[in-house]
Amino acid sequence: MSLLTVDSLSKAFGGNLVIDDLSLTVRPGAVHSIIGPNGAGKTTLFNLVTGIYTPESGRILLDGAETTGLAPYRMAGLGLSRTFQNLQVFFNMTALENVMVGMHLHCDSRFLPAMLRLPRIVRRDAEMADEAAELLRFVGLADAIDADSDALPYGALKRLEIARALATKPRLLLLDEPAAGLNPAETGEIDGLIQRIAETGVTVVLVEHDMRLVMGVSEHILVLDRGTLLAEGTGEEIRHNPDVVAAYLGEEGRYL
Amino acid sequence: MRLRLATPRIGGMLALAAVIAVLPLFLPNNFYFDVVILVGLNAIVCIGLNLLVGYAGQISLGHAGFFGLGAYASAILTSTYGWPPVAALLAGAAGVGLLAFIVARPIMKLRGHYLAMGTLGLGIIISIVLTQEVDLTGGPDGMPVYGFSVLGWEPSGVLVWYWIVGGLLLLTVWLALNIVESPVGRALRAVHGSEAAAQTMGVDVVHYKVLVFVVSAVLASIAGSVFVHYIGFVTPSEAGFVHSIELITMVVLGGMASIYGAVVGAAILTMLPQLLTFLHDYEMLGFGAIMMGVMIFLPKGLVPTTARLIRDRAR
Repeated sequence: MSLLTVDSLSKAFGGNLVIDDLSLTVRPGAVHSIIGPNGAGKTTLFNLVTGIYTPESGRILLDGAETTGLAPYRMAGLGLSRTFQNLQVFFNMTALENVMVGMHLHCDSRFLPAMLRLPRIVRRDAEMADEAAELLRFVGLADAIDADSDALPYGALKRLEIARALATKPRLLLLDEPAAGLNPAETGEIDGLIQRIAETGVTVVLVEHDMRLVMGVSEHILVLDRGTLLAEGTGEEIRHNPDVVAAYLGEEGRYL
Repeated sequence: MRLRLATPRIGGMLALAAVIAVLPLFLPNNFYFDVVILVGLNAIVCIGLNLLVGYAGQISLGHAGFFGLGAYASAILTSTYGWPPVAALLAGAAGVGLLAFIVARPIMKLRGHYLAMGTLGLGIIISIVLTQEVDLTGGPDGMPVYGFSVLGWEPSGVLVWYWIVGGLLLLTVWLALNIVESPVGRALRAVHGSEAAAQTMGVDVVHYKVLVFVVSAVLASIAGSVFVHYIGFVTPSEAGFVHSIELITMVVLGGMASIYGAVVGAAILTMLPQLLTFLHDYEMLGFGAIMMGVMIFLPKGLVPTTARLIRDRAR
């Protein structure tokens, strides 16, 4: 049984096929990586899976249930969450409030109870604040809980997005270039964080260019090239796959 | 952190209640009461508008239209059809809410400048209808409205109106703070911060945009209804473009995403023209200069900038 199934998916922008009859599956558990050269369609695939784009053809199934064409806000309820390559932090809120938005589906978000400030709304808000603080500690932002998010450094914002995504209680977490723009020490910390997330039973799929991170953390690697699946397998298999080497890693494999 | 949420809430409400309670002692005559009552009504509209503009990040240049519709609904239903004023107020609010709900879905699809143009057009249409339907509204000359009454009780004198508006303002502040400090308020701010991320967190962005548009329109309508019974007369200019711009200016000056900012902005911009009368011909010049000065030196608005200063000082 696969957690995520992509079946003959195609997406075009202005007649240009960015995803070309792509099929792949992600089994539950563990960390999976999607790699490939720029323009291979990695982020487009994320945007299709999360419902931001609608495919021209093909199907997407989450845990066996078809989700093709569902509005993006429906996906969180089905156990899918993500972070963004270009940060999408709520800069008008504190770090804690950012994470609390992630719990939107785990609380009463109707208008009238909120407007009348019913006791259970106040109680649940206090619980959520505690849970959100706990998540911020989990991603290593214990010092930033009450900070305005626009005052946080770049590396902290990357973790904040991860904490916010975890707050939705996902079964499948998509991380879009979690290490982009980070220094080697910060990348090492993200590596550890991804492993800790996987240990909690969340299936992680990341798109990443940092080969050290990809090879270190993922049990299963999918290689995209021009919108199709070029290869998949363990890090060792990918490293020695001649197609992958030619398309992406370079003849010498010098990025490994 | 819970303390930080609680303090401005209770402290601010108490401070506002104290100001409202004590203020009549310092108002020498009816003219001042008149200005303060208008401050209160403008503040109610601005609180709703700030939920839309400051919190959810959606502009509206047509909210005077909803204020005018509420005013005319009360005027026509009471004067022409003899409805009880409270029923007319509620019917007006329900009608305006329904209109806002119907136009919100198409109009809230627009963003930025295009949303500004869309809401501007909506306000202009409302104002034209109110001007042209002479048989119903009295046309450009406006129409008179007869007294207000609740179950036989008729408020008379500025002091009674002062307490009515003061009470409504406190109630509006309380309800608005409740909304802001709840999952709904966080969802609205998330829509402002990043629609893509809000969707990913399970926030139905369209739902919350429509909701806050309707809420802000209903508040404007209620303020319009109370206004018309207090003043006793209404003209289409209440629904006009200039009034819409005044309202949005109050919100920006007082501070985006700040309930108290809306109150402060409404107070300053309603009182300033009265206080600047000593400048005679240069009144509008002084008014404009103050506006520019505030925007250049306090771009986040009066209340958020001051609050931040106090917070940084305390550290």
